[in-house]
Amino acid sequence: MKTKQVYVYRAFERFWHWMQAILIFFLAFSGFEIHGSYTFFGFKDAVKYHNIAAYMLIILIVFAIFWHFSTGEWRQYIPSFKNIAAQLNYYIFGIFKNAPHPTKKTVLSKLNPLQKLTYFGLKILVIPVIVTSGLLYMLYRYPQRHGIESLNIQSLELIAIVHTIAAFFLLSFIVAHLYLITTGENVSSNLKAMITGFEELEEHESIEKKSSTEIE
Amino acid sequence: MRKIVLILALIGLIIVIAVGFFSQKDYEPTTLMKLKEKYSKKYISPVDHSKFSVLQQKFNSPQQVTTTCINCHNKRHHEVMQSNHWNWEREEYVEGRGIVYLGKKNAINNFCIGTQGNEQSCAKCHIGYGMTSDGKIFTDSTNVDCLVCHDNSETYAKALEKGGAPETSLDLNAIAQSVGKPKLSNCGVCHFFGGGGNNVKHGDLDMAMFDATKDLDIHMAVDGAKLQCVDCHTTENHNISGKVYSLSSMNLNRNNCEQCHTETPHEDNILNEHSLKVACQSCHIPTYAKGNSTKMYWDWSTAGKLKNGEPYEEDDSLGNHTYLSIKGSFVWERNVEPDYIWFNGTASHYLEGDIITDTTKALVLNQLHGSYNDDESKIYPVKIHIANQPFDPVNRILIQPKLYSDKAGEGAFWKDFNWQTSAAAGMKEANLPFSGKISFIKTEMYWLVNHMVATKEKTLDCNSCHTRDNSRLANLKDFYLPGRDYSSIVETGGVWMFILTLAGVLLHGVVRILLSIKSRKGVK
Repeated sequence: MKTKQVYVYRAFERFWHWMQAILIFFLAFSGFEIHGSYTFFGFKDAVKYHNIAAYMLIILIVFAIFWHFSTGEWRQYIPSFKNIAAQLNYYIFGIFKNAPHPTKKTVLSKLNPLQKLTYFGLKILVIPVIVTSGLLYMLYRYPQRHGIESLNIQSLELIAIVHTIAAFFLLSFIVAHLYLITTGENVSSNLKAMITGFEELEEHESIEKKSSTEIE
Repeated sequence: MRKIVLILALIGLIIVIAVGFFSQKDYEPTTLMKLKEKYSKKYISPVDHSKFSVLQQKFNSPQQVTTTCINCHNKRHHEVMQSNHWNWEREEYVEGRGIVYLGKKNAINNFCIGTQGNEQSCAKCHIGYGMTSDGKIFTDSTNVDCLVCHDNSETYAKALEKGGAPETSLDLNAIAQSVGKPKLSNCGVCHFFGGGGNNVKHGDLDMAMFDATKDLDIHMAVDGAKLQCVDCHTTENHNISGKVYSLSSMNLNRNNCEQCHTETPHEDNILNEHSLKVACQSCHIPTYAKGNSTKMYWDWSTAGKLKNGEPYEEDDSLGNHTYLSIKGSFVWERNVEPDYIWFNGTASHYLEGDIITDTTKALVLNQLHGSYNDDESKIYPVKIHIANQPFDPVNRILIQPKLYSDKAGEGAFWKDFNWQTSAAAGMKEANLPFSGKISFIKTEMYWLVNHMVATKEKTLDCNSCHTRDNSRLANLKDFYLPGRDYSSIVETGGVWMFILTLAGVLLHGVVRILLSIKSRKGVK
């Protein structure tokens, strides 16, 4: 089978991914300090840094949404259940026998069905929940401060607990995600692709080859 | 090209954030600068009383001085006689009770218990002369004691147990010529010694404040702002702002920090938001009784022991009485961390003759109201004073004993050391029933801690409350406090999800590595 270096992840995509990675790591670290799990920065600084990082993440998300829609890349995340059993089967059995990946990675379809489902869940559920609850957490005193009685939020409890649940989901996602980096064509190929943008992919039809070289 | 633009944009973003972050200069807020300017101006008295010829005459009695004062200040005595300093009571609306006249006249505390029957002695801290049990004093304007508040010579002193009269050795002329705006010493001479000794009652009002350091009290420090009591406790027509909730019920005429410092004194918005639910005092008074110890516990039940027929006292290493035959045993503490409560400015009180419904638990003599869900409530620091004091188990009311008398045989406990006769005499003077049975009940009083504000550096930090262990707010459980609280279900579920995910990927990884080693060997 012929393979070729293909430009899979474009500059913004990589920038977005790594900024998001740094911010989420930092938010998790400072966030669990605020949660009371350990002491590192001290509560006051943890809150301050957590809030700054939160706003940075929100700005990044706004740019990312714009990018996804303007490039049409959002279609990558439409979940499909086709091949999902094969993909599961691969992770549970095939991977140990050096079986080939059941889903062929192409520029137009970078994600396997399990990834699609996971990322779809993250984008549609976990991230919106953690961002919304986080904003409410930061701003819930504003209505009362400015005398808008009708918008008063009496208790932080629900907001904080929802925020914590979402944080635990993200934390587990990070663990699985870090490990799954190593399950590419070889151990480092996924990581290399996200850093350089290039990945060795099987050659398909000539049209796609052309389009990928055009992008370059 | 596009990469360069992106990198430049990223660098630009980082620079903007860094500049914004590091350029927060540490300057004093303008309100604070204005306050410092305002209170560093020297006060110049508009008149010099020593030049008035009427004050040159020889005064033979303090009443004569008062009459002379009234000759010029010919309406002021009316103001004084309407004040609670004079009347020892004021009109208060108490929910469930309606309008009551509440004050030292009829309230019961858990220190020296009450004034009734003991007026001669208690009047050392009344702004009048000639106090007797019959209450006549309250109508005679020549008995107004102008000097105790307005003496600026710092020589005026009231005599012990003389119904409020000054000591006879005083030079009343010099004192009358010195009069002016009340100083710290005028207020402190009574308010620092409430309960029968220095710092006994409040815990945050201590004679150490006569020459406070910044560490003791940032406002009153002699090496700092040197504020006097009346700078904050502003006064119109002898009505002094600020009130103590041992004797007050309504959210009126209160003093607060915001009147000078505004509601948003911090640069940090998150700190400013705290002022919706947290009173300034909670963070800015990390400990009270910083100069001298304050009384935390008073056990009346041990009072009356005699050695060789004589009353005696026992002191601790700091000189605090731990036992007095006339009063019982005490526990004192220094540098005390306050307790914290929700408080909305209203309180209800145990008044003389109130039936105690539950004698098995501690009776709160001044219940401060408030809760998280009440928008008017904030978290305040308090000193909780606990006592074991006499009550009548048959009538289920607190006993007002007669403590003071100038001679033995009248039932006064401090002379006769007999609870029976003391209770009988006290209850008779208070017009209350007495069954003849005496028991002791645990009581609590709540004293808001407002003074002894610490320096900026010693203010509580966030971790004092926002922490899982030993949070200062550990007892306030009616709300979610970040850093202290969490849902145990979410915590357990979340941690297990994390552990299982980690274990899953580790197991998966180990199996992969082992199998790949095996297969490589197989190839060889």
